[in-house]
Amino acid sequence: MESSKSSRWKPSWWRGRTAVIGIPYAWLLLFFLAPFLIVAKYSVSEMGAIMVEDVAHVVDGAVKLSIKFSNYVFIATDRLYFHSYMASIKYAFFTTVFCLVIGYPFAYFMARAKASLQPTLLMLVMLPFWTSFLLRVYAWKGLLDEGGWVANLIVWLHFDRVLLAIGVIEAQGQLMHTSFSLVIGMTYTYLPFMILPLYANLSKMDLRLLEAASDLGATPWVAFWRVTVPLSFAGIIAGSMLVFIPCVGEYVTPELLGGPTTLMIGRVIWDENFSNNDPPMASTVAVVLVLLIVVPLAIFNKYQAEAQEKRK
Amino acid sequence: MKTRTLFGTNFAKGFGRAWLAGGFLFLYLPMVTLMIFSFNHSRLASHWGGFSLEWYRKLADDTEIINGLWLSLKIAVTSATGSVVLGTMAAFTLVKYKRFRGRTFFSGMVNAPLVMPEVIQGLSLLLMLVAIQRVIGFPERGMFTIWLGHLMIGMSYAAVVVQSRLTELNPQLEEAAMDLGARPWQVFTLVTFPMITQSLISAWLLTFSLSLDDVVASAFLSGPGATTMPLVIFSRARLGLDPSVNAVATVMIVVVAICVAVASIWVARAERRRAAEISAAARDDS
Repeated sequence: MESSKSSRWKPSWWRGRTAVIGIPYAWLLLFFLAPFLIVAKYSVSEMGAIMVEDVAHVVDGAVKLSIKFSNYVFIATDRLYFHSYMASIKYAFFTTVFCLVIGYPFAYFMARAKASLQPTLLMLVMLPFWTSFLLRVYAWKGLLDEGGWVANLIVWLHFDRVLLAIGVIEAQGQLMHTSFSLVIGMTYTYLPFMILPLYANLSKMDLRLLEAASDLGATPWVAFWRVTVPLSFAGIIAGSMLVFIPCVGEYVTPELLGGPTTLMIGRVIWDENFSNNDPPMASTVAVVLVLLIVVPLAIFNKYQAEAQEKRK
Repeated sequence: MKTRTLFGTNFAKGFGRAWLAGGFLFLYLPMVTLMIFSFNHSRLASHWGGFSLEWYRKLADDTEIINGLWLSLKIAVTSATGSVVLGTMAAFTLVKYKRFRGRTFFSGMVNAPLVMPEVIQGLSLLLMLVAIQRVIGFPERGMFTIWLGHLMIGMSYAAVVVQSRLTELNPQLEEAAMDLGARPWQVFTLVTFPMITQSLISAWLLTFSLSLDDVVASAFLSGPGATTMPLVIFSRARLGLDPSVNAVATVMIVVVAICVAVASIWVARAERRRAAEISAAARDDS
């Protein structure tokens, strides 16, 4: 290898390159793709008496495939699943909207604050992100449970009547285990995901554009809506994706803060596997979730990112 | 220069400050309340029964939590380290090797765990490991399988963090090193590695905290005797409010806050030192 100068490092470069590509590639094939294919296989099988019936049988020396779509039929006909998919999308959507409504002005004022102050503000937004997600959800249990101070405050302000009127809680003063507590919990935990990309976008904006708008006679309010907001569109999309995607498959928050009326799809998969002991059904629910929600979102996300790259 | 932002008027300025203050209250008050109630003598969240360190005293004897914490730390340290190694390789592949067979597919697989609900990842890995175990009798569900799950999820996060740093690098520096006769491995250790150290540290901290906090994947992959701390906390929180959880939370938040503060100071200092060295080197040249 050392003998001829021209090929001094080429062979080892090649071996290095193969290893650098090959190790993570093999890892992902083995621990990401293969498990998912197994889920796909499970989704077309059924529970036997105690064990999952295998898709492939060997009958008289020949492999016989018995693919069963009964799980898919069941999902399509049973209302429970349809409702859970819709509920997941609904709660993820409202969480995203609330994160945007709170987060956009927040990111805006942060980006326009004194430059010396900005690193500290950024650090303060990042810090909750580093603390445990589970504990942040748990914190709301104490606040909204009967007697928690936020619950008391809401009842004292008679705000619970409003919440009851719009149908997000089921009884006056009963705030826990409702759509209300679920969406508040998710908004709380995912807010930093909305603020950070919006801040990154808004702080990079060329303020001379606003000057130009004002020279052309726009009031600050008009300039905000017609210059700042359209320019921050990429940040809005990025933040919304970062909130919406994990919310759809969320399990911990619905389990701790949601109730019987807020069944989301993550909980359905969990329950099918652990409580009903039916991995094939859990797999079918998972495959449908991936095909109907995750894949379209991922494609949209990629398309958006590429469009953004091109604009630069 | 007069810039006309919405900050123009006094009213808008006040509104902006109020909004920021409100946002930070929203982000911090729940955590502060959680911490305060860890010192509550009463079991109830609705009633302040006086200051007490009772729950901390109980925590010291709570073997379930302590064993869980120990297991979580072991898994978090090892899986974060593994994630950074694998994630760096994946990031390096995506940034440096623009053409190889199956690149798009590879890139898709690196990014997919970021959008895949964790419930599905946990379920799929569980089903595969059960299938493997049925054939070869290994691996038993426990620490090792949890570790595998965390490593799989962490790798993607590490890859994204390292990738964004690698794309910023000036490729001419590596090319110069190669022109000067450095081997690829030397180019990586002497040129690339020092420039991406900071992102490696952030990736490690991120995957460490993800692993230390994980409930869903761990629940799917854990076996008898392997209960991580988040699983203990989760099962208690499910049953209702538990002051011992508040005490654990307070300890964890304080530790994390200190670590993040120390790490960010350290990173800022390293960055400043580097900038000083670079400008010193530039001065020597001229």
